[in-house]
Amino acid sequence: MLTIIKNRLEQGYRTCNYPKEKPAVFPRYRGRPLIQKTADPDMVKTCADACPQNAIDVEKKKIDMGRCIFCGTCERISKGEFVQFTGDFEISTATKADLVTDGNLPSLAQHAKQHFKKLFGRSLQLRQVSAAGCNACEADLNVLATPFFDLARFGINFVASPRHADAIVVTGPVSRNMKTALLQTYEAVPEPKAVIAVGSCTLTGGPFYESPEITPGLDTILPVDLFIPGCPPHPLTNLHGLLTFFK
Amino acid sequence: MTPFLEITNGKNVPRDTVPHLDFDTFCDNALHIVKNGGKVVHFFAYEDQGTTKFLAVLRTDILLAAVCDAPDSYPSLTKTCEPFHMFEREIAEQFGIRPQGHPWLKMVRYHENMRKVPDVFNNDYTKEIPGNYPYYQVDGDEIHEVAVGPVHAGVIEPGHFRFNCIGERVLHLEIQLGYQHRGVENLFHKAAAKRLPILAENIAGDTTIGHGLCMAQAVEALASLQVDDGAKIIRTIALELERLANHIGDLGALCMDVAFQVPANYFGRIRGDFLNLSLLLCGNRFGKGLVRPGGVRFSLDDDVRKILDERIRELKPQVEHVLALIFGASTVRARFEGCGRVSKKDADHLGLVGPAGRASGLVYDARRCFPTEQYPHLTIGENAKPSGDVYDRARVRYDEVLQSIDIIQSLIDKPIDTLTVEGDIPVLPPSCFVVTVNEGWRGEISHALLTDETGGILRYKVKDPSFHNWNGLAMALRDTGISDFPLNNKSFNLSYCGFDL
Repeated sequence: MLTIIKNRLEQGYRTCNYPKEKPAVFPRYRGRPLIQKTADPDMVKTCADACPQNAIDVEKKKIDMGRCIFCGTCERISKGEFVQFTGDFEISTATKADLVTDGNLPSLAQHAKQHFKKLFGRSLQLRQVSAAGCNACEADLNVLATPFFDLARFGINFVASPRHADAIVVTGPVSRNMKTALLQTYEAVPEPKAVIAVGSCTLTGGPFYESPEITPGLDTILPVDLFIPGCPPHPLTNLHGLLTFFK
Repeated sequence: MTPFLEITNGKNVPRDTVPHLDFDTFCDNALHIVKNGGKVVHFFAYEDQGTTKFLAVLRTDILLAAVCDAPDSYPSLTKTCEPFHMFEREIAEQFGIRPQGHPWLKMVRYHENMRKVPDVFNNDYTKEIPGNYPYYQVDGDEIHEVAVGPVHAGVIEPGHFRFNCIGERVLHLEIQLGYQHRGVENLFHKAAAKRLPILAENIAGDTTIGHGLCMAQAVEALASLQVDDGAKIIRTIALELERLANHIGDLGALCMDVAFQVPANYFGRIRGDFLNLSLLLCGNRFGKGLVRPGGVRFSLDDDVRKILDERIRELKPQVEHVLALIFGASTVRARFEGCGRVSKKDADHLGLVGPAGRASGLVYDARRCFPTEQYPHLTIGENAKPSGDVYDRARVRYDEVLQSIDIIQSLIDKPIDTLTVEGDIPVLPPSCFVVTVNEGWRGEISHALLTDETGGILRYKVKDPSFHNWNGLAMALRDTGISDFPLNNKSFNLSYCGFDL
């Protein structure tokens, strides 16, 4: 018993004060990309060719955060003159089109579906479906339940059954082998319901794009309400997306 | 004397020097090696100029390789030698080659074979396959089956578990995966070179560094890229951080499953702190973007080294105290001890690797047996345990957590210089072959890379340790209460996506 109390005192209070204060993230973190529109077109072309995800639109000088895995290749090649990855983790969007960006993202709160806030603002129960992918998105959703993020203090929980859920949170590029299980889980969620797509795999196929075994974007098979980009999205990105869209 | 060729971990082997045996000699010698204590690292097929070949990489205290022409069907090796079980099923699915008399010839990932020959399983892949096949059955009046998954109750990966029970007692568990199949190996064969490191890092996100290292070392070996000492140290630190985060997470999760919430929450938070140290190194909590052929993309300069050192110093006593809390609790011991025992004989027979193998007394650790990076200069303990139960699988993690902290502290006590690289994939030499082996936190990870006559990728084979170990979990559940499944599952914590590829 003494060990338990001693440990408890050593651990102290660890929960972050987000969203009131933004916790510090180490400087090498790559969040919202910021594009310099004045960048030399040759430089843009070089970045686009080197991008392993083919996420750069040379003509429009924009980057598709749905395809992007935030590896930072373009920033390194252009030495920041075309793309800079900022420390801003608040990068979720309400439409897929908004993911293609020059760095100025529309306000998620304003684009959120207002009836969702009314329905789910005080209590939001989520059913997670892992549909292929690498398990990193699942891991960084799981940490939302740890004391630092403490998702439950916002009335948001992950539940065991789709029947108890208000929304499904999908991760992974939806493999051929998981498609039926995913669609059946979606059907089992009572109306009204929301669909949240987490991670570049779910948004566009991510690192597995062009594989015949996967779906090139969850929005091609289900109506997605909230798009959370990243590979995987930082837990604070997930938290921001959920709080801003639903609260 | 075996006709198999001794090869070195991470060294280029010209393909014409690998012995090309006739099929019977190949099988006889492979069986002889494995039946006398050898293990299968790889056994796979590939197509070379219109003919299909088998390639086996076996491990004793050295690595051995040989090739043979693959027949359309052959007498199954699994019939007399269990470690070939999954490999033969995989070959049957990937290349349509039937192992006659295989005791449980069943699909692994439900896809068409690469040769476009008639399917061994008579499947029509335009139809829904998962779930539509027979399961292992036990007959009897009071036998019942419990089916779980593919969608589970937690935030975890999909897989199907079929329990044959009598009352609460599990007689047999069949684990049927494949739901996470993304066609990774085919992407390695077809995708642009710039995507290779990204694909390797995303085979299993919790093993980003492990798989990333195997891929990088393979390319380095073939293209004769030199990696500087600083980069080797940084990669070693990253691999140990990955081990720490996962082992600590697992120990926390094990506590959660025996309703000891207090350390579960502490370790849940501390695991995140270690993930953040990977972010400190490279900007990603899982280490994505750090390891590339030729070295690392991020330096560990003195500012970063200082923060890393401070954080580890701060975390170390916390980790030690939570470990003391867990392993000093009689309630934890009562639930862990004797639960889900896998004997050394069974573990050896199944070819278990990593902490699961060490918990059953198998001392193999690739960091010690086939060291890469900085490991030749480090002392890695044997960490083998006697009883192979949940307690021992937890104890192995206990040892390794403390060792990993010591390893990292010993590596960051002096400045680390490295020239960072961008990770461009060089042109690979023609007709070459390399095998890379590393000890990830789950055990032996291995990649094999073969190039064709033009230096293109002829075959890229990935093996996650989970490919060996899922059968260990099934074995642990034999004669165990079904309510102890979650605890046993956590004690193995295997990868679905690493298995499904």
